[in-house]
Amino acid sequence: MSISRRKFLGWIGAAGVGSTLGKSAFAGGGKHFEGHPDSFGVLHDTTLCVGCRSCEAACAKENALPVPDKPFTDLSVLQEKRRTSPTAYTVVNKFDIPGRKTPVFVKKQCNHCLEPACASVCFVRAFEKTAQGPVIYDESVCVGCRYCMVACPFEIPTYEYDKALEPRVMKCTMCHPRVMRGEVPACVEACPKEALIFGKREDLINIARDRIRKYPERYVDHIYGENEMGGTSWLYLSAVPFHEIGMREDLGVTPAPELTSGALSAVPVVVGLWPVFLMGLFAISKRKEAVSREEMEARVQSVSALAEAKLAAAMETAQKEKTAAVAKEVQKALESAAQSRTKEEI
Amino acid sequence: MSDNAAMGAKTWLTPFNVVTGAIIIIGLVLSVLRFTMGLGAVTNLTDDNAWGLWIGFDLLVGVALAAGGYVTSAAVYLLGMKKFHSAVRPAVLTGFLGYALVVFALSYDVGRPWRLPYPFIMQQGTTSLLFEVAGCVALYLTVLFLEFVPAAMEWLGLKKLRKLIVRLTLALTVLGVVLSTLHQSSLGAIFLIAPSKLHPLWYSSYLPVFFFISSIAAGLSMVIFESSLSHRYFADKMDEAHLRENEGVTLGFGKAASMVLAGYFIIKVMGVAGGDHWGLLGTPYGLWFLVELLGFVALPSLLYAVGVRNKDLTLIRWTAGWTVLGIVVNRLNISLVAFNWQLPSSQRYFPHWMEIATSVFIVTVGIVVFRFIVTRMPIFYEHPEYKDIH
Repeated sequence: MSISRRKFLGWIGAAGVGSTLGKSAFAGGGKHFEGHPDSFGVLHDTTLCVGCRSCEAACAKENALPVPDKPFTDLSVLQEKRRTSPTAYTVVNKFDIPGRKTPVFVKKQCNHCLEPACASVCFVRAFEKTAQGPVIYDESVCVGCRYCMVACPFEIPTYEYDKALEPRVMKCTMCHPRVMRGEVPACVEACPKEALIFGKREDLINIARDRIRKYPERYVDHIYGENEMGGTSWLYLSAVPFHEIGMREDLGVTPAPELTSGALSAVPVVVGLWPVFLMGLFAISKRKEAVSREEMEARVQSVSALAEAKLAAAMETAQKEKTAAVAKEVQKALESAAQSRTKEEI
Repeated sequence: MSDNAAMGAKTWLTPFNVVTGAIIIIGLVLSVLRFTMGLGAVTNLTDDNAWGLWIGFDLLVGVALAAGGYVTSAAVYLLGMKKFHSAVRPAVLTGFLGYALVVFALSYDVGRPWRLPYPFIMQQGTTSLLFEVAGCVALYLTVLFLEFVPAAMEWLGLKKLRKLIVRLTLALTVLGVVLSTLHQSSLGAIFLIAPSKLHPLWYSSYLPVFFFISSIAAGLSMVIFESSLSHRYFADKMDEAHLRENEGVTLGFGKAASMVLAGYFIIKVMGVAGGDHWGLLGTPYGLWFLVELLGFVALPSLLYAVGVRNKDLTLIRWTAGWTVLGIVVNRLNISLVAFNWQLPSSQRYFPHWMEIATSVFIVTVGIVVFRFIVTRMPIFYEHPEYKDIH
């Protein structure tokens, strides 16, 4: 790589300023986030990789990862497919492609998404997409829920399952401290074949396009990472379809945060409207109760009024009958008195 | 455990105490292992399978089955279905213990449990659905606690405080429904982030709706299921009102569950139609999906309906148990069976026996605490001094 330290530090500054001036990353809406301006990336040209594992060794040394049982010069580990682990931020895998004389080697590490799934799902914001490009992790706030590992479409973050007290999520940082110092990532520096190039992401895309244009027989016409999951800072070129070298081609171009933004936007709606709806239901049930109580009372009243009227009528009849009976008795008595008087007179 | 002694029972060696005691001792040993040796010592979790049984069962199933609290209190206090009143306390207690156990279980699963408050006090990751779930669960646990404490206060004779909290009933009920709607659905939405890992038959943009609607069916079924078990073991604690109303609760909740499951069935079918995944139904995963959809959604909906029509309480109770099992199947399918389905079988997850034993231990703790409470506090009966003041 022929980048002067001065030029490089200039870029770092530009990226920092650019990020403050640039558009912010909205998950929804009509805006399309194309990454922080002037941010860095790495172009991995798999056609140049010879599988020497120098990058792995440099990575382990740079990040003070434990020395593995088999030395990095032992290429027999390439016989099996490996993934990143808490002790290996990057691994090189070998793919034997039918019909090709030489195998294809692919380096695997964090792709440093432009809009990372891990950062979007972290409930303590332990992950940060820096303006310079690297996605970095802050272990001082991590709770260890491992949602980042569930969310990552590239299956990169790993976990220290054997630690009881302070397990960490472990993943490639794109050598963020080195980048901030004006150095290229350790793996890039160590690569003897320039299968890894560090630079501004926009420049890397142009370089990749140039190569595809100049050597169409050498490459498939696709830059992996240009648009996958909304784009990644790490970009890949390949001679064979990417799914043949263990890279998923069905991830789509939707940035991860957009996958959950719809569900998240429902939250304020529920908070705002659900109480109104529920209190409405409550009011309806209350009103139903009140109405049925009123109706019941009205019915009781009308029934009792009817009963009273009937009673009054009955009383009246009884009264009349009583008066009539009394009058009749008086009449009888008078008549009998009159009769007896007549008898006496006779 | 200690309650038998407190009641002056002759012996501690009842079958219940022996079994629960053994489970709890094993659980305590596993807890020591977990917190001294790390997750790796007791689980089969890997970098590919970051979530296992403790998330799939303890969190997802636990929260769904604790939905009885919000469903019952909404029916009684918001919809005015007073004839179900005697079901509120057992349902709220089950819900409260359910959520308390979820948090307890999470402290085993997360790497640094003492940092669980960090999302609130350190940095807020508001773009995470897990942040929303954490916030809602924390608040809802508080709500359920407040809904439950009147029973404890009646037991302890704290009349004034009890009166104050009982006044909040309506507000707590509304808050409970809002929070439950949010986190029940968000537990499904958590998986929206991973379309490349969850099998397309289970992955759907309707996931949050699926989780919310099925939680209602879970809550209704859990109330019936719990009450049929309680009737077997705690009938002596129940007052006349509870016994009298129980048949109505079983019939009413069975009817509601039948309809909710029917709606759930329809939207699940729409989920398949929306993704145009009909072709996948013929694959092995598709057949398993059909087992879930027909066997654990359509079938219980039908059985509930038949049970309600024939007033067949036994059928309704068995159906409730079947529906609860169906919720377990659904949540485990989404979090474990259909998750990472594309990985080769050598990289798939199956829980370690110690994970299963720990989950059994946590459920057992719940049962012991439930038993402790219902044998002391007015849950299945109204306290004689507080009758008719609801």
